[in-house]
Amino acid sequence: MDTNEFIKNFATQFDDTDLAEFTMQTRFRDLDEWSSLNALAILNMIGKKYSVLLRPDEMKPTNTVQELFDLVKSKQ
Amino acid sequence: MSPFSLGDKTILVTGASSGIGRAIAVACSQMGAKMIITGRNVTRLSETFSLLEGTEHQQICADLTNADDLTKLVEELPKLDGLVNCAGIANPLVLQLTEKEDVDEIMQINTMAPINLSRLVLQNKKLNKGASLVFISSINGNNCAYIGSAVYAASKSALTGFMKGIALELAPRGIRANCINPGMIDTDLLSNGYIGEDEMEKDRLKYPLKRYGKPEEVASAAVYLLSDATQWMTGSSLLLDGGYTLQ
Repeated sequence: MDTNEFIKNFATQFDDTDLAEFTMQTRFRDLDEWSSLNALAILNMIGKKYSVLLRPDEMKPTNTVQELFDLVKSKQ
Repeated sequence: MSPFSLGDKTILVTGASSGIGRAIAVACSQMGAKMIITGRNVTRLSETFSLLEGTEHQQICADLTNADDLTKLVEELPKLDGLVNCAGIANPLVLQLTEKEDVDEIMQINTMAPINLSRLVLQNKKLNKGASLVFISSINGNNCAYIGSAVYAASKSALTGFMKGIALELAPRGIRANCINPGMIDTDLLSNGYIGEDEMEKDRLKYPLKRYGKPEEVASAAVYLLSDATQWMTGSSLLLDGGYTLQ
């Protein structure tokens, strides 16, 4: 799994936050536009791009892009 | 005989290998119907078959999105007094990430298959006078909507539109068509791991009756619509949602 590609795939699910603002350390739950719709979109993205079906409760403990990346990687 | 009895009726249930379809097949058999059950998974279909009460039931494994399977199924059918269209899928998916294949799959299974099956049983004269057609629709798309299920909502409200059209068209033959609009029902479709248990618990509390429905409760509604108790009921959508859409 490539981190840059993961950040890009992650960032695409947001409308108002610029791609350049996203790093592996971004705390996505603190973003102004964070909502349950983003959460579902990210779960869908992970399913489509990485063939990992995460449940919302599995995603819940993750706060940074890095933590989510590690979780997806561990499930592949 | 009680007007709620299904004795002397022959009833086809699709999607009978699991969830709501299985519960409906079992409930109809308990009410005395001769059942024909169909589903995609042969092992799970046989499990349902073994749960049926009474004798002379039939199981036919078929993928209703496959034209050959559908034609073969209809050829093998005896004359029906009831048809329950249960087969359905639901995957939470935002439109942003929905591909054409996702749309096709949902529409094929949830909408096109029941339309084509209804069409074929009619064209092949497999419906007795006074037959009852039941479609498992949903509150989703008819009474409310959810994030991540726009295509599912479209598939279910399309089914409701179809039901109304044929209710009118088949009324001269005494054939009735009705929908059941359930809220969230505890089935395998839900517990397939996509939704976490604590998320579901929170969601259950949004229902005034503080729980999801049970497949057996949808089955009771189906038995009602299949029975002679509802001989003057056609074109209706029976709401079964624990009060969810009151709010």
